[in-house]
Amino acid sequence: MSVASNSSVSGNDPSQLLRDERFLMGLRRDMLRFAELQLRDPAAAEDMTQEALAAAVSGQARFSGRAALKTWVFAILKNKIADHLRQRRRIVDAASLAREAADEADFDEHLFDRKGFWRPDEHPDDWGNPESTFAQHQFWAVFEICLTQLPDNTARVFMMREFLGFDTAEICRELGIATSNCHVILHRARMGLRLCLDQRWFGSEG
Amino acid sequence: MLNCKQVTHLLSEMQERELQWRERLPLKLHLLMCAGCNNFRKQLDFLHRACREYAQGRSDSTPP
Repeated sequence: MSVASNSSVSGNDPSQLLRDERFLMGLRRDMLRFAELQLRDPAAAEDMTQEALAAAVSGQARFSGRAALKTWVFAILKNKIADHLRQRRRIVDAASLAREAADEADFDEHLFDRKGFWRPDEHPDDWGNPESTFAQHQFWAVFEICLTQLPDNTARVFMMREFLGFDTAEICRELGIATSNCHVILHRARMGLRLCLDQRWFGSEG
Repeated sequence: MLNCKQVTHLLSEMQERELQWRERLPLKLHLLMCAGCNNFRKQLDFLHRACREYAQGRSDSTPP
C-alpha cells in the first residue's frame, strides 16, 4: 500500500473510498474471481460485480476503512449470487454429480488401510496457527487454485454451503438428491481441498 | 470401535448436522487416542475458517 493512496482513506464514505482507482481495481478483480468461481459464467459474474459495486457507492453506510468496506461489498455480492442460484433451476447436473461422488471410494482407499486406519504416509499433519497462514498473501492464491481443481459440480455445492451459507437441507432440496448423498459430496469437497492445500501449501513449507 | 475412515466422515458430517449421542461418544474416545484424526479435525476447522475469511473478501489481489 502506497503512502499516496492513503490520503483518500480519510473519509469513510464508500464513494470516496472507491474513488481510489488502485483499490477499486483490486476490489473488482477479487469480486469477479469470487463470482466466477461460483457461477462459471463470466457475463453473469461481471453483471453481479457491477451491481454490487453500484449498490456500495449509493449506500448510506459508513466504514472504518477499506477492509470493512470490502467485507460489506462482498456481503452484497454473496446475496446477489445466492438469489441468482435460487432463481436458476438445475444448479448442477445431477448425473455428473453422481459420477463425481462415486470417485469418493477411491479417495478413501488411497488414505486408509484395509482396516480403515490412516496409512503412515497419509497421517494428517498439524497445520499450525490458521491466522498466521491467512495473513500470507500467497496463501489465498493457492486456496483459489485448489478450489478450481475440485470437480465442477462438487465445487459448486461446496461453495453454496461454505461461501453463501445455504443450509444443507436447502441444497439437497434444490438438487433433488438424498441428504446422505449431499453429505458425501461435501465431504469429498473437503477431502479434495484438504489434500490440495496439504501438498501445495503446507508441503512446500515444511 | 470406530476406525479413522469412519471418524473422518463423522467429523465432516458434524458441519452439516448435529451428531447423536451414540455417535458422539465413540467419536470422542477415538479422538482421545488418535493424533492423526485430531489433526484432521483441526484441518477441517481450518478449511471452514478459510472459507469464511475468503467469502468476506480476505484474499487480497492488490500487490503490496
